[in-house]
Amino acid sequence: MTEDLDFEGWTCPMPLRDTPTVVMGHGGGGAMSAELIEHVFLPAFTGSHADDLRDSAVLPPLPGRLAFSTDSYVVKPMFFPGGSIGDLAVNGTVNDLAMSGARPLYLSTAFIIAEGTPMADLGRIAAAVGAAADRAGVRLVTGDTKVVDHASGDGVFINTAGIGLIPDGVDIGPARARPRDAILVSGELGLHGIAVLSRREGLEFGTAVESDSAPLAGLVAAMLDTGADVHVLRDPTRGGLAASLNEIARTAGVGMELVERDIPVPEAVRDACGLLGLDPLQVANEGKLVALVPAEAAEAVLAAMRAHEHGHLSRRIGTVVDGHPGVVVARTGLGATRVLDLPIGEQLPRIC
Amino acid sequence: MRYLDEFGDPDLAQRLLEQIHAVTTRPWALMEVCGGQTHSIIRHGIDQLLPPGVEMIHGPGCPVCVTPLETIDRALAIARRPEVVFCSFGDMLRVPGSREDLFTVRAEGGDVRVVYSPLDALQIARENPDRQVVFFGIGFETTAPANALTVHQAREQGIENFSLLVSHVLVPPAIAAIMESPTCRVQAFLAAGHVCSVMGTGDYPPLAERYGIPIVVTGFEPLDVLEGIRLAILQLEQGRHELENAYARAVPAEGNPTAKAMLSDVFEVTDRTWRGIGTIPQSGWRLSSRYAAYDAELRFDVVDIRTEESTLCRAGEVLQGLITPPDCAAFGAECTPRRPLGATMVSAEGACAAYYAYRRLDVVEVP
Amino acid sequence: MCLAVPGRVESVYTENDTAMAKVDFGGVTKAVCLAYLPETTVGEYVIVHVGFAIQRLDERSALDSLAGFARLGGLTEALGEEPESAAGGGGGLR
Repeated sequence: MTEDLDFEGWTCPMPLRDTPTVVMGHGGGGAMSAELIEHVFLPAFTGSHADDLRDSAVLPPLPGRLAFSTDSYVVKPMFFPGGSIGDLAVNGTVNDLAMSGARPLYLSTAFIIAEGTPMADLGRIAAAVGAAADRAGVRLVTGDTKVVDHASGDGVFINTAGIGLIPDGVDIGPARARPRDAILVSGELGLHGIAVLSRREGLEFGTAVESDSAPLAGLVAAMLDTGADVHVLRDPTRGGLAASLNEIARTAGVGMELVERDIPVPEAVRDACGLLGLDPLQVANEGKLVALVPAEAAEAVLAAMRAHEHGHLSRRIGTVVDGHPGVVVARTGLGATRVLDLPIGEQLPRIC
Repeated sequence: MRYLDEFGDPDLAQRLLEQIHAVTTRPWALMEVCGGQTHSIIRHGIDQLLPPGVEMIHGPGCPVCVTPLETIDRALAIARRPEVVFCSFGDMLRVPGSREDLFTVRAEGGDVRVVYSPLDALQIARENPDRQVVFFGIGFETTAPANALTVHQAREQGIENFSLLVSHVLVPPAIAAIMESPTCRVQAFLAAGHVCSVMGTGDYPPLAERYGIPIVVTGFEPLDVLEGIRLAILQLEQGRHELENAYARAVPAEGNPTAKAMLSDVFEVTDRTWRGIGTIPQSGWRLSSRYAAYDAELRFDVVDIRTEESTLCRAGEVLQGLITPPDCAAFGAECTPRRPLGATMVSAEGACAAYYAYRRLDVVEVP
Repeated sequence: MCLAVPGRVESVYTENDTAMAKVDFGGVTKAVCLAYLPETTVGEYVIVHVGFAIQRLDERSALDSLAGFARLGGLTEALGEEPESAAGGGGGLR
């Protein structure tokens, strides 16, 4: 299961008293905990100046409105094509901040580790967290580690909380959606969900699909730099595009009309979804955003998105309307309409 | 040739639609038997594009929807047992029993696992010799071969901790039952393509003859569904009632003889209760006596099943095509995919779920 | 009832005394049981339902159907003829 991984950037945690797995003692706050932090986490968090281990990080004063977000990461399997729980833990919170238009600055990382987790796995996850933080340009300034017994969990759970700074004049939120707004998406959909599913026990299928987990603050900054009055940003994670658009539509009391043929879904995702009976528009993404911008700004924003490394395949997929408030409708390939619904709970493979 | 995108080509779909409009001179009521076809029709909006008088009545071709309530309750009772690993297709997890569903059982500690194939369940049995692994074998004739081979392997390889809870249903008796119903309005059938891939087309000419109805074996992609509809309407307009095969690329007339041989070894025909419809004689398969040792219904002594359907639920009428989901007062109100009262709202192919997912707009008042 | 998907047989092998194949669904590959189509060879297309290949796909028939659809309408417009009573040629009607 871990053969696909890249070992580079991870330093061996020796000496760690020859413990190949994490044990309860590592969460006890004593010498073993200190060793874990010193030999596994700190070397991985190289970009962060966390050499002063206090109970709380003291931050400099920040000029402006703050965005604050938290998320917990429990994905199984922990390692999947294109990434790991470590990447998600950083990029997920970074992106939540970015969706308010904020520039992410600081992150906390709290680990809850099940006893028996291989030290090597923990090391790889820590390395992924450190590398993702570097790529996203955020500093890991404080954290925590707990170990739980086997009955209480399996593998590693991570919570990250983040603080970001919102530039003056930026006011982004779902209530700002307006009829005639253009609905844009920053690239191909369904990659993350399919990558994870392909490794899930009981399904195992081979695919070239890799998770698209990526930090989007830079993309958002490029969009804001055009001077456009971006109304709404959302990262379509759990529940996919369908969940995000429905939530925005309901909050703002607007309707939406999409053109199915314009929604970018790669063939491999379509095929995997066909095999399992899933709707690609309900599959999770971890490196994409949806934007609602005033109609007149759409062209400029799209151009800025396409010029950015995380937005090359950006497209306009629809328009906000004042009809059917709260309902998202799509024009099918045949020219008929269908409602794009809010998914309910877990997506399960089906036979029917 | 990828056999998928080509059969969704919008330009060819337009041609087929134009032809359908060109040949239709009066109202017709067609029934598509297979839930997969229902899903495709509503998902692509095909019924919105047909001539105004042409009505697609959605048939009971959703095995999830028609699995008898008693069987669901039995499955739940078995799944609750501590020694059991209960394996099922994903579709069944949210189907409501009398009081709960498999999701609830899982949440309360039952070992319920979703698998893609019944062979995965057999593998779980191999890997867990100290547990009783039960596979929930539902489905039409399309799925039965997979379940048959799995239990056959279990017997050949002596995997005794494996058993099958069987509830298979058959299409031809369902068509007969629908035609026999005094309230039947169906004038032509789109037969289920993948069922025929397995069973062949031999069961249908006698039905076409007996009831004087066109039967067209139809696939699932937009062009396949449109072609099936086109041929059915042509027959109706021309006063013919024959079997035609509009899915020839996947349906040879003889079906799959190897599969059929296995099916006759593993299963035997039985009367079957279709949830919401009633008992249709000789319309199901159960494990034959040779496989009694692997029959979960016999292995697990489940007593005291008291079935209780929701009084609001009109799934049965929907399954028979007597009403459309929006005709039901509970549709979208007490009954939604999140809180389904009946199986037709749970299964992705149930008509109620399809209408709710894709057609709610028609039911929503536009100011 | 029949979420069955077409795929291309990439390789065939045996596992647990069962004929199996690795099938490619356009980028996604999955292990599929081939017991019901024992003579299937690499390169052929099959329809797969719950991990089992249940029928072979007839390429000739598929091409005929598509050609038939393409001829519809165009022919009627051009020649003012009666609509065809079946799609394409060799697929077989019953």
